Amino acid sequence: KDFYCGRHSRVRHYEAELRSCRAAVASVDFGDYHPLKPITVLDSRSRRGGRKGSTSSSSSSSSSVAPDPLSSLLEGTDPLSLFAAAAEAAELGRRRREREEEVGLDFEPWAAKRGEILARFTTTEKLSINLFMGSDKSKASSPSSAVSEKVRTRLEELDDLEEGSQREMMNLSQQDYVNRIEDLNQSLKEAWSSDQKVKALKIVIQCSKLLSDTSVIQFYPSKFVLITDILDTFGQLVYDRIWSMCSDPHSLPDTFSAEDVNDTAKETCLNWFFKIASIRELIPRLYVEAAILKCNRFLNNSGIQETVPRLTAMVRGIGDPLVAVYARAYLCRVGMEVTPHLKDSLNKNFFDLLASFRQIHGDAVQNQLVLQRVEVPVYLTLYSPAIHWILQCVAYRASDVLLTEMMERCKKLGNNALLLNSVMWAFRAEFVAARATDFISMIKDCDETGFPKHLLFGSLGRSLACADPPESERLPILNEAWKVITKVRNAQDYITCAEIWVEFTCRHFTKREVNTVLADIIKHMTPDRAFEDAYTELHSVMMKILTYFHNFSVLFSMEKFLPFLDMFQKDSVRVEVCKSIMEVFIKHQQESTRDPVILNALLHVCKTMHDSVNALTVEDEKRSVSLLINGFIRMVSFGRDFEQQLSFCVEARATFCNLEPVIIQLIHTVNQLAIETRRVMGGSHSRKTAAFVRACAAYCFITIPSISNIFSRLHLYLLSGKVALANQCLSQADAFMKAAVSVLPEVPRTIVVEGKQRSSESFLLEFISSFLSTLLVVPDHPEQGVLYLVRGLLNMVQDYTWEDSSDAKVRVYISALPLLAAMSQESYLYTILNVDSNETLYGGDPKFVAEISRLCETLIGQVLDHLKTLGREEVMHRQGSLAFSLFSCLLAHADLRNNKLNQLAVNLWNLSHKNGQCDTRISVRTLEHIKSQAQHSELSHLSDMLLRLSLQSRA
Amino acid sequence: MSAVLDLKLKRANKVYHEGEVLAGVVVITGKEAIQHQGISLTMEGFVNLQLSSKSVGVFEAFYNSVKPIQLINSNIEVAKPGKVPGGKTEIPFEFPLQVKGNKVLYETYHGVFVNIQYTLRCDMRRPLLAKDLSKTCEFMLHCQPQKSKVQPSPVDFIITPETLQNVRERSVLPKFLIRGHLDATNCVITQPLTGELVVESSEVAIKSIELQLVRVETCGCAEGYARDATEIQNIQIAEGDVSHGLPIPIYMVFPRLFTCATLETTNFKVEFEVNVVIVFHDDHLITENFPLKLCRV
Repeated sequence: KDFYCGRHSRVRHYEAELRSCRAAVASVDFGDYHPLKPITVLDSRSRRGGRKGSTSSSSSSSSSVAPDPLSSLLEGTDPLSLFAAAAEAAELGRRRREREEEVGLDFEPWAAKRGEILARFTTTEKLSINLFMGSDKSKASSPSSAVSEKVRTRLEELDDLEEGSQREMMNLSQQDYVNRIEDLNQSLKEAWSSDQKVKALKIVIQCSKLLSDTSVIQFYPSKFVLITDILDTFGQLVYDRIWSMCSDPHSLPDTFSAEDVNDTAKETCLNWFFKIASIRELIPRLYVEAAILKCNRFLNNSGIQETVPRLTAMVRGIGDPLVAVYARAYLCRVGMEVTPHLKDSLNKNFFDLLASFRQIHGDAVQNQLVLQRVEVPVYLTLYSPAIHWILQCVAYRASDVLLTEMMERCKKLGNNALLLNSVMWAFRAEFVAARATDFISMIKDCDETGFPKHLLFGSLGRSLACADPPESERLPILNEAWKVITKVRNAQDYITCAEIWVEFTCRHFTKREVNTVLADIIKHMTPDRAFEDAYTELHSVMMKILTYFHNFSVLFSMEKFLPFLDMFQKDSVRVEVCKSIMEVFIKHQQESTRDPVILNALLHVCKTMHDSVNALTVEDEKRSVSLLINGFIRMVSFGRDFEQQLSFCVEARATFCNLEPVIIQLIHTVNQLAIETRRVMGGSHSRKTAAFVRACAAYCFITIPSISNIFSRLHLYLLSGKVALANQCLSQADAFMKAAVSVLPEVPRTIVVEGKQRSSESFLLEFISSFLSTLLVVPDHPEQGVLYLVRGLLNMVQDYTWEDSSDAKVRVYISALPLLAAMSQESYLYTILNVDSNETLYGGDPKFVAEISRLCETLIGQVLDHLKTLGREEVMHRQGSLAFSLFSCLLAHADLRNNKLNQLAVNLWNLSHKNGQCDTRISVRTLEHIKSQAQHSELSHLSDMLLRLSLQSRA
Repeated sequence: MSAVLDLKLKRANKVYHEGEVLAGVVVITGKEAIQHQGISLTMEGFVNLQLSSKSVGVFEAFYNSVKPIQLINSNIEVAKPGKVPGGKTEIPFEFPLQVKGNKVLYETYHGVFVNIQYTLRCDMRRPLLAKDLSKTCEFMLHCQPQKSKVQPSPVDFIITPETLQNVRERSVLPKFLIRGHLDATNCVITQPLTGELVVESSEVAIKSIELQLVRVETCGCAEGYARDATEIQNIQIAEGDVSHGLPIPIYMVFPRLFTCATLETTNFKVEFEVNVVIVFHDDHLITENFPLKLCRV
C-alpha cells in the first residue's frame, strides 16, 4: 500500500463547515423550546388546584417560574402526601371547631421540660422507696376487731397491694430508683390489663405518696417528673377505659357531653371518684384526683370547672412549700391540658403560691436543710422548674395588665428573688425587656444570701436576648448587669451567666463593648485553667459573636478575639471552633480580601484545622476541613499585586501540605493567576510578567508531583500545560506535556471511586482524548523530531499494559487519526494567540505531511491487525463496532478520492455489517449523511462510494 | 358446669326507692337444655344488729342473740316448671318494691353493729340428682327524699387551749388558735361536707389535720342500750406545718353504703359525727367533735 506521498486527509474548510452547520440549527428557538417544559407546566397546574391547604412551598410559586420537573411530578401523585394532606385538612377542621383559647404551638409543652429537669436535678445520695402496701395493722383503730371480715377488707382494700407485704427498698442509687419507678409503671400497666383495677389504683396511690417524702431533697424535681409520668399513664388508662365503655354501639364524638354517656360508664366513673375521695392521705388524694380530672367530662358538663378550683384550694393543706409548689405545677399542667380556658384557677394557684411564699423561709424548712446539709441557694433552685411552669401557664396569652399586676405582687414580697427569676423566665420576653430597668433595680434589692444573683441576671439576659429593651436603656442595662456578673467568683457560674449576656452585647453594641466583655471572660476563665470545664459555654460565646459580627476585619481587630480563641486548648474543641469560624467566613464574606489582619488570623485558624488532620482522621473530616480551607483560599485576592498572591500561595502550600484538595486548589489558583496576568497584559507579556508567569508555571510544576491521585496529577499537568502555552511559555508547556506522558504508564488498571474498585480504562481514554486535542496546538520542540509528543504519547499507549480483552489501545489509535488529519490542514481549527503552532512552523511542508501520513498508515495498520485477531465468533461484535468506528473516522477525515482509502472504507463497512452486529438505524443515518455530503461539489465522489455500500437488510 | 344462673338489674347503680319496680333479667346459660321445677325470685330486707364485745357482758341476758329484723320478704314466680333451651336465655322480670302493712323500709347501710341490707335472690329448683341453682344480688334502697327544706345550720368554731375539755394540765399546753367553720351540720348525704379552717397561730408545728367521719350506732330498747362510735373514714386535709392565716378547705365526700340518712327507730339508732383532728408535731392530738344530721333531698 502506498500512502507515502501526498496528503491523504481530506482538506477541511472549517469556517464554511461551521456556517453550514449553524444554518441547520438556527430554526430552533431555544428561548421557548424545552422538551420538558410543556409537560411539567401542565402537570403542576392541574395538581395545584387539588392540593389546597397543603404546606408545600411550591403551591405559591407563580406560573412564570419553571418548576422543578422532579418535584412537580412527584407532587400530588405521591399517595402518601395525598393522605397526609387529607389528614391535615381533617385536623384543621377539627381544630376550628374547638375553642379558640386552645393551647397553641407557642406554648412550650411539658414534654420539653421533662428531660431538662431529669438531667438537671440529680443526686449521688442513696434513695429509698417505701411502698406501704402491707395491711395497715398499726394504724387500724381498736374497733377493727369487731368489724366483720368483709367490711374490713373493703376498708383496707385501698391500702393493700398484696396481703401483708410491705416493701421498703433502701440504699438505691439514682439509676436504681429510676428503674424501680419504671418497674412500677410497668406493673401498673400489667395490673390494668389483667383487670386488677384495684391493684392498679393502689400502685398509683403508693407512688404518689412518695411525693410527700422530701428526703434527698435535691432529687425531688426529678422524682416529681418520674412519678407524674405514672399518674399520667393512670389517668389515660382510666379515661380510655370509660371511653371504651361508651363506645358501644358507636364511639363518642370528640366533643361529647355528659348526656351522651350511658349509665354503666357513668357509674364506673363515679366509682373511681368515690374511691379516690376516700384516700386517707392528702397528697395521694390530690394527685390521683388531678390525674383523672379529664374523666369529669363523663359525669357532668361543669365537673371540671368545679373540680379545678377545689383542688387548687386543697393544695393549701400541704405544709412543705416544695411539695406544695410541685403539686400546683401538676395541677396547672393537667389544667392546661384539659381546660386551657380556665385561667382563673391558674391565677389562683399563683396567688396562693405567693400567699404561702414565706413558708420557704420558715423554721421547718430551715431545719430540714440543716439536716440534709443542703445550702439555701441550691434549695431555692429546686423551686425553679415548678414556678417556671406555673408562671408559664399563667402568662400564656395573658394581658399585660395581668402580668403587671403579678409583677407588682411579687415585688411586695420580701425575699422574692426566686419569684423574680421565674417571672423573667416565664413572662413574654417583650414584656420583660420593656421593663428591664425595673427588673434590674428589683434584682439589686434582693437579698444576696438567698437566690444567687447571677441566676437572676442570667434569666434577665435570656429575655433580653429575645426582645429588645428601649434604645436609651440599653447601655445602662449592660453596665449594671456586667457589674454584677463580673463579681461572680465561681468560674462555672460566671461563664453560664456571661454566655447569656454576650448575645445582648453583640446584638446592640459595637466591637468595643464586645471586646471588653471578652477581656472580662478571659480574665475570669484563665485562673486555674477554668476554661477547661467550660468549653461548651465558650464555644457558644464564640457562636454568638460570629452570629452578629460578619465583618471579619472588625472581628479580628478586636484585641481580645484571638486571645479568646487561644482559650480553646483541647484539640477537638479547638478544631470545632475553628470550623465554626470558617463556616461563618465562607457564608458571609462577600468580597475577596487582602486585609493582612484577616489573612493572618484566618491562616492561623486554618492551620489549626489542618494540623488536626493525622493518619487517623476519617475521610469525611478531611474533606470538610479541605472544603473550608479552599473556601478561604478562594476569598484571598491581592488585586493587581500578583506577586503577593503567588507568595501567599507558596506560603499556603507550605502550611497545608497534608491536604491534597487544598494543594489542588492552590494549583488552580496559581493557574488562574497566570491567566489573569495574561488578560491584564492583553495577551502579550512584558519581560517582567513573562518571568512571573514562568514562576507560576514553576510553582505548578513542582507542586503537582506531590499529589497522590494519579488522575488529578494528569489533569493538572494538562491544565497547567495549557496555561503555560497560553502564556507563551513553550518550554514549560513542553515540560508539562512530557511529564503527563511520562506519568501515563503509572496509571493503575483499577482505581477506587467512591469506595469501589473500578476499571480505570474509561478515565484514561477520556484523558487521552482531551490530551490529543491539546496536542494540535503544541508546537514541536526544535531539538526533537517531528511530532515527538504525539509519538511519545502513542508509544506510551503502545507499551501500556491494557487489559487483555480490551480494545482500548486501538480506540486510542482511532482517536489519534482525527488529530493527525487536523494537523495536516493548512490552517488549523484553533490556535493560541501569539503562539505559533506547527501549521506556521512547517507551513504545510510536504515532508511534514508525509510524516503525518506515515504515522496514520502505521496506526491504521495496527488497527487492521487488531481487527484480524477479532475473527472469532465470541468477539465478533467488537470487531464490528471497531470496524465501524474506523469507517466513520475515515469518512469524516480521510480523502476518499484516494482509491485505496476508498476501498479500505468500503471493506470496513462490509466488515462491520458482515456479522449483523451493526445497529441498522445508525447505518441508515450514516448513509443519509453520506448522501447529503455527496451533494457538496468537492465531495461528489462520495456518491460513487455510496453505491458500493449496502445495508445488511437489503442484502 | 352445666348451667349458670345470673341476675341482672336494669339500673346500673342498683338504687331503688320504695314503691318502685325492680326490673331486670334472669339469665340462664347452659350448653344443653335445662330441666327445672320452677324459677322464682325472692326479695328480702333485714336489719342485723350485733353487740360490741365490750357491751356483751352487760347485756348478755337480753341480747346475746339479737334477732334480725325483717323489713320485707316477698316472692314471685318467674317461670313455671319446664325446660329452658340450651344457650343463653334471658327471662325479664318486674318486681314491685312494696311493703306489707305499716313496716318502714330503712336505707341500705353497712355499719359495724348495724347492717341494713336488701337482696334479690333467684332460685331455680331442679329435679333429683341436680343441684338447685341460686343467685343473690344486693340492691340499694334509698328512702324517699325528705319533703321539708333542709336548714343548713352552719357552725363556727374556735379551738384554743382554753376551749379544750379533758385536759389534765392546761398549763403545759402550747398556745394555738385555730378558727374555722362548717358550712352545714345538717348535711345532704349526696353533697360533700364543706367548710374552712384557718390556723391563725400555733407555737408548735402542726403535723397533720384530719377529718374523721364517725358513726354512732345504738342498739337497745327500754331495758338498756349499747352505744358505740367507730370510725368510717379519715381524710387528711393538711399535711405538715401549713401556712398560718391561709384558709384550708374542709371537704369530705360521704362514702356510699357506709353512710345513710340519720336513722332513729325504737330498736336502734344510726347517727354520724365528724371530728376535726389536729395532730401536733409532738404527736399531741386535739379533736373537735361535731354531730351531723344526714338527710336525703
